[in-house]
Amino acid sequence: MTQNPAPKLVEPAASGRQSVAPVIDIQGLSLTFQTADGPVYALSDVDLSVAPGDFVSFIGPSGCGKTTLMRVIADLEKPTAGEVSVNGVSPEAARLARAYGYVFQAPALYAWRTVERNVMLPLEIMGMGKDERRRRAAEYLDLVNLKGFEKKFPWQLSGGMQQRVSIARALSFEPDLLLMDEPFGALDEITRDHLNEQLLRLWERTGKTVIFVTHSIPEAVFLSSRIVVMSPRPGRIIDVIDCNLPPDRTLDARETPEFLEIAHRVRDGLRAGHSYDD
Amino acid sequence: MVSLGAALLILLALFLPATATEEATFGWLSQSAAFGVVLLALAVALAQSWLRLNGLSAGLGLAVAVAIGAAGPVLLLAGMPGAGAGAGVWIFVIGLALLAWRTLEVLSASGGDKTVNRLLMLLVPALFGIWLLYLWQVVVVGLQVPSVLLPAPSLIGGVLAGAQSTLAADFHQTFIKSVLPGFAMGCGAGFAVAILVDRVPFLQRGLLPLGNLVSALPIVGIAPIMVMWFGFDWQSKAAVIVVMTFFPMLVNTIAGLNATGAIEHDLMRSYGASYPQTLIRVRLPNALPFIFNALKINSTLALIGAIVAEFFGTPIVGMGFRISTEVGRMNVEMVWATIAVAALSGSLFYGLLALLERITTFWHPSYRG
Repeated sequence: MTQNPAPKLVEPAASGRQSVAPVIDIQGLSLTFQTADGPVYALSDVDLSVAPGDFVSFIGPSGCGKTTLMRVIADLEKPTAGEVSVNGVSPEAARLARAYGYVFQAPALYAWRTVERNVMLPLEIMGMGKDERRRRAAEYLDLVNLKGFEKKFPWQLSGGMQQRVSIARALSFEPDLLLMDEPFGALDEITRDHLNEQLLRLWERTGKTVIFVTHSIPEAVFLSSRIVVMSPRPGRIIDVIDCNLPPDRTLDARETPEFLEIAHRVRDGLRAGHSYDD
Repeated sequence: MVSLGAALLILLALFLPATATEEATFGWLSQSAAFGVVLLALAVALAQSWLRLNGLSAGLGLAVAVAIGAAGPVLLLAGMPGAGAGAGVWIFVIGLALLAWRTLEVLSASGGDKTVNRLLMLLVPALFGIWLLYLWQVVVVGLQVPSVLLPAPSLIGGVLAGAQSTLAADFHQTFIKSVLPGFAMGCGAGFAVAILVDRVPFLQRGLLPLGNLVSALPIVGIAPIMVMWFGFDWQSKAAVIVVMTFFPMLVNTIAGLNATGAIEHDLMRSYGASYPQTLIRVRLPNALPFIFNALKINSTLALIGAIVAEFFGTPIVGMGFRISTEVGRMNVEMVWATIAVAALSGSLFYGLLALLERITTFWHPSYRG
């Protein structure tokens, strides 16, 4: 293993961010999977804090632990060492308090339920009344521009529309955190650009804290307020980049010097963290 | 091409002997009604090969012509008792088969709106079945097959109509009293144990080999034991059915419960969903195609189990009892009639389950419209 030239940065504290309690606070987090071929160090000594209303992207090559980090936050994996707190409580308590709206790479919609009833599923589980369920489903389907598709079945929609249903479903129970694991990774680039712009508008309107896993640099720079650059073997954070493009940006912002500068810094970080000897 | 072949064959048949006794052969002209019918079939086949009509009305017209033509050999053979069929009859039947083929072709290709299509979906297989029965009839009568070996469908039909009360009592005893409760108990137990195994994983290692062992037991071995344990009436038959149907249901339900993907599980976990919530809302719907497979397999297994079990002791009613006693009395028509009732009720049972499956798993990729 070569010496990694990039120093590990703790996130630069922007003023004003420190004054509010973080939504997510991670200290010294490590996770090792025990496999038949010996231990796999998925995450090593990760420190991170996320403020309310942040849009944080985890970016890095495959196997850098970005999805694992998100799964630890969502209590889908247990860390081997370190502390994670979400809203001041453990991830498990936060999960049981329904703090997480999770969007996966696949839409994971249930084929036997209509679009509306798919959005209503988490609300049913949380024991919400029928009228309220219907009202929420209508509200959030409208928010993702799917009004009029309530009675369709998921398999009657395009891939991009299905992913929007899954976003509406994740938002429907108004979780504190929206966790998105490469949500547009399986879509074509045109649909992806379009959904990126819609997601940005959605974030501005709802003010949700979003964690977004991606391996696309333009997507990360365009969407995020902060970018966490990660490197593999073992998975760790090598840079945290603040990214304050104007809030009302459109896709054209990708041509601006500010955008290109941030993208350049992300690319440098990725290159520094990537060792090519294996 | 097909209808031209039919026309040529029917034309050829007209010049061949139609019936034959030991001493002499007779032509078609000996039976004027049969001759007229054959001429009509010939005319229709010629017209069709010339005009090549298509569409629903042409198909239905052809079907009527085939039906009338089919009466020819029947009239001929009925008019000369004791005479077998000659080469003319066989050639005519082959020609008629080609015409029937053409009819089904025209009918399958026709159709427009939904209701017509749905009717055709039923009509085409029905016509095919009727045609097979007709062939059976003509072959048995034409070749003078002894009815002990194979009775003609008309004889079986006569028994079906004449011995209705006996057949109905047998059906009630075997199907309503034995098959349905046994099926419900066996499938219900398999399903319940599958849920239990899912909930308590160590049971999987203990119960699955045991279930496998039980399902491998030969039915002719367990049936007499069950009769000793549970008596002559339906209870012993239901017990045999439970043994036969339990394992397919268990294995299929377990496979179905494991068909839910990791993402769907993670999603339910992120909602903080409980085990029953995940089971009812996600895992059971995903398992439905598997469960219906088991139900369909078990529907036929249950009927076989009940009939075979009745061979080993039963009150003096029931399909299995009827078959075993009537075979002994060489009353083969009754055996065939009972077989027909069993086949029909088994198919209806299966069909009903398949229909239910289509309604409840309309969303599955194999059914999406």
